Amino acid sequence: MAYSEKVIDHYENPRNVGKMDDKDPSVGTGMVGAPACGDVMRLQIKVDETGVIEDAKFKTYGCGSAIASSSLATEWMKGRTLDEAAEIRNTQIAEELALPPVKIHCSVLAEDAIKAAIDDYRKKNDSAA
Amino acid sequence: MSDIPFSDHTGGVDLRSNYFELFGIPVGYDVERSAIQPRYLELQRVVHPDRFAGLGERGQRLAIQYAAFVNEAFDTLCSPLKRALYLLEVSGHPVDVERNTVMDAAFLMEQMSLREELSEVRDSADPEAAVESVRENAEAMMDALKDEFVRLWQEGETGYEQAADCARKMHFAEKLLDEAEQLEEEILDS
Ligand code: FES
Repeated sequence: MAYSEKVIDHYENPRNVGKMDDKDPSVGTGMVGAPACGDVMRLQIKVDETGVIEDAKFKTYGCGSAIASSSLATEWMKGRTLDEAAEIRNTQIAEELALPPVKIHCSVLAEDAIKAAIDDYRKKNDSAA
Repeated sequence: MSDIPFSDHTGGVDLRSNYFELFGIPVGYDVERSAIQPRYLELQRVVHPDRFAGLGERGQRLAIQYAAFVNEAFDTLCSPLKRALYLLEVSGHPVDVERNTVMDAAFLMEQMSLREELSEVRDSADPEAAVESVRENAEAMMDALKDEFVRLWQEGETGYEQAADCARKMHFAEKLLDEAEQLEEEILDS
């Protein structure tokens, strides 16, 4: 499997790896897994009062493409509003990283993690309001 | 070109049969590798390329196809995960593994923390014991999923959906187990 330069860059220098406190009401946590390969990903966002994502962190146990996809996703999410971040599609990630078709499910994982994190944040804050 | 039907060259092996039929065992989850090994060896003889020698290039291609079929069947029946997926497939309930990434949160959380634990094994005071503990955990998880799968499978119609869920989870357990075994080997070798 030949990885593109961008994948290798994100793989070797992943951005925003880490963990946030999932009890914090301003944090949304997305937990997803790919049944096609058994890999797992956690993506977290911290949202400020105006609904802008001020920080994002991820941890992925999976292939290089999944790590690169989630690393890129966190970069893209920072500074966006929740609605803007929810627009991110796996196809954009796959295109940016030049993922081959067999690796598409890895970028799907990242898209679903974004959605799950946003959902979690909204759920937390709806019930709190 | 030969007029002899291909089935005469393949000892009755039919590419359309399902793997259970091919191995002459009942359709079900209980399959022992040792129990089907003899039939596997027999099948390998039956589809051996030598037996297709008189059939020219087409025969050779066919031989490869038959051999691949037999190997795939054996491989599938021996693997707890593949067998589960296959069983659901032959009963008309194929599992879509490409999508469906949001699963049982507690399960994913557990997977995440076990993978985390595994990644920290090398830094622990006793890596050998640490990796063994993860491996045992993964084995227990796999066994539990197998039992649950059988139970749901036997339920029939009402159990298929959950059985599929169970099969999906097996993939995570298997991945964890693979990684733990690999790391354990590395640690023991060093
Ligand atoms: S192969 Fe599993 S996420 Fe890429």
